Amino acid sequence: MAATVRTVLSRVLPQSGALAASLTAGASSRLPAATSTLLHRCRSTGAPDEVVTLEQFRPETSSVPSTMDIGTRRIFTEDHDIFRASVRRFWAEEVAPNHTQYEKDGQVSREVWLKAGEQGLLGVNTPEELGGIGADVLYSAVVWEEQMYSNCSGPGYAMHSDIVMPYIQKYGTPEQHERLLPAMVAGSKIGALAMTEPGAGSDLQGIRTNAKKDGDDWILNGSKVFITNGWMADVTIVVAITNPQAKSAAHGISLFLVEEGMPGFKKGRKLDKIGLKAQDTAELFFDDVRLPPSALLGQENKGFVYLMQELPQERLIIADMAIASSEFMFEETRNYVKERKAFGKTVSRLQTIQHKLAEIKTDIVVGRAFLDQCLELHNQGRLDSNTASMAKFWASDLQNRVATQCLQMHGGWGYMWEYPIAKAFVDSRVQPIYGGSNEIMKELIARNIVT
Amino acid sequence: MWPIFDYGRFVSIISSSDVYGVVWMRSLAQLHKMANLRVLVGVKRVIDYAVKIRVKPDNSGVVTDGVKHSMNPFCEIAMEEAVRLKEKKLAKEIIAVSCGPAQAQETIRTALAMGADRGIHVEVTGKEYENMTPLHVSKIMAKLAQDQEANLVILGKQSIDGDNNQTGQMTAALLDWPQATFASEVTKENDHLKVVREIDGGLETVKVTLPAVITADLRLNEPRYATLPNIMKAKKKKIAKHKAADFGVDLTPTLEVVGVEDPPVRQAGQKVESTEELVAKLKDSGVV
Repeated sequence: MAATVRTVLSRVLPQSGALAASLTAGASSRLPAATSTLLHRCRSTGAPDEVVTLEQFRPETSSVPSTMDIGTRRIFTEDHDIFRASVRRFWAEEVAPNHTQYEKDGQVSREVWLKAGEQGLLGVNTPEELGGIGADVLYSAVVWEEQMYSNCSGPGYAMHSDIVMPYIQKYGTPEQHERLLPAMVAGSKIGALAMTEPGAGSDLQGIRTNAKKDGDDWILNGSKVFITNGWMADVTIVVAITNPQAKSAAHGISLFLVEEGMPGFKKGRKLDKIGLKAQDTAELFFDDVRLPPSALLGQENKGFVYLMQELPQERLIIADMAIASSEFMFEETRNYVKERKAFGKTVSRLQTIQHKLAEIKTDIVVGRAFLDQCLELHNQGRLDSNTASMAKFWASDLQNRVATQCLQMHGGWGYMWEYPIAKAFVDSRVQPIYGGSNEIMKELIARNIVT
Repeated sequence: MWPIFDYGRFVSIISSSDVYGVVWMRSLAQLHKMANLRVLVGVKRVIDYAVKIRVKPDNSGVVTDGVKHSMNPFCEIAMEEAVRLKEKKLAKEIIAVSCGPAQAQETIRTALAMGADRGIHVEVTGKEYENMTPLHVSKIMAKLAQDQEANLVILGKQSIDGDNNQTGQMTAALLDWPQATFASEVTKENDHLKVVREIDGGLETVKVTLPAVITADLRLNEPRYATLPNIMKAKKKKIAKHKAADFGVDLTPTLEVVGVEDPPVRQAGQKVESTEELVAKLKDSGVV
């Protein structure tokens, strides 16, 4: 077993267990334990056509037949692959067939939430003691990515499991944990997070929704808009001002758990968006809603701190889904141009198309490398908000570029609603806007550069 | 602990006048036996059904390197049936077995994630693996079934790469056990299994006494997703490693593959305007 192999990095690696181990030692402990397995041949120029065994080598998306292939990317293990195969099947068999109907209804069904709960797709990263699955965040990433690979943007599982549930898990009381988390893992209670208002989006400190103390209770007044899962939500985390006299708005904000059925809490309507048609984004109204003391999430006036701590994950989710969606659109377009005929040959034989595809694939693969780095850091708890902001704005901008170009390559059919690329295109347009607009992301990144 | 007597063969009289006692003990023992099925399930790692197969340039076989592999669909169905037996409290332990190279462990892990209790990996690599035939596998399965004291072996009816449809039948013959192949329904009935088989003429129902070998057909069940909690649990389950020699099986090839070729390219058909024309054309070509 003394054969050498040239990898895509053009480094010659002698066959030695110790050396291979040391190569992986610098990376995270996430890399799988050494087992002998056949190397996926990477076709770099001049590489001998031979098969060698090396300590577990997982290829990256740049060198495998499809950027969506299972069994790729070094941040994942075989167990993630097994999970990914089931999740892929779930999206294809349980969600995709109904998605057109969901788009007509402007929401998904309760059944699909319960089914997701049954299959263990919700609360993946929530600890077992609190009723969750207790798996690492990379398993959650598998669920987000497979959603984009299936092009079913309707279900708001990522918002529910990986944005709302972490708030409750980290800042909630044992009573709140018991009351909400197991039901959320099962899919019987759907979660939402309400920050944005008609008059304040990027300017979070400009919100007007407020909660005034009345004895032990709170009286909540105000409204929220553009709330993902808003229409179907059973529990919504509402960001409200609790201390109008605070030295800055940030020091006077608290988080409340507002539940469906509380008197005064009305859901206005499902908003008519240009994309994400199956997502039940809604506006919410609070009219003297009486909140018991148990509705306060975390400590009074500490809300802004909590938001700052949790927003990096939200941004990472948006970024990962952006790259995954780009991968999907690329594969979809590649398949289309290989079939579509024009000028006596397939469109894929035209050099302009070929170069476009080469550029797009390279951009996506480069983006994927950065995102995998961010996912790995986040899995170790070391992703800082700056890096998350960079990932969010860069990936969502990439996604939009890819969407435009891929739709163009579909020609007239790309403009038709029934073609997946059309839906992916409109869905992509919101990514640079929500979760913190890209302009705000640049603001945050710049602060670290110039101060 | 009641000693388990094989009441199929002889009756053990506790008290010569206590006939009811004998009958009661007989059904208790049989129930005890039924609730204690130890099931051996074979799972094979094959090229994924969705992959476009390519023949190697030297016509010695098909390209397997770097190609996506997964569990044989009929093995998935076999595994699912075993898990359902366990859920019905008829089986107490499921052992998943795979013969193949190191990557076969992935297939066993998928089986563990579906609900098997432990795995056995019989490592066969390189040329030996390429030349392994159902006869070799059956000998291994038969020895394993005896060593592990299994009383039910469930296999897929065939693998989608070999399409041999031999392993189940050969295993049963080597063990001298009854077999129920192409099963589309399996029910427990007292001291035997009632199996509905899919045959060319329709459906055939057979009774098999235990121990037995069953091979799973397509409509037996719909395999479950491996849920994440089960995948996490599977990490802690054991996979024992063995070599074919441990079972006294010699992997010397009994067959030699002379060549592998692509099927002939499908020729375009001809459209005819009437039945007369069709018959005329058929007669001309000598088909009729």
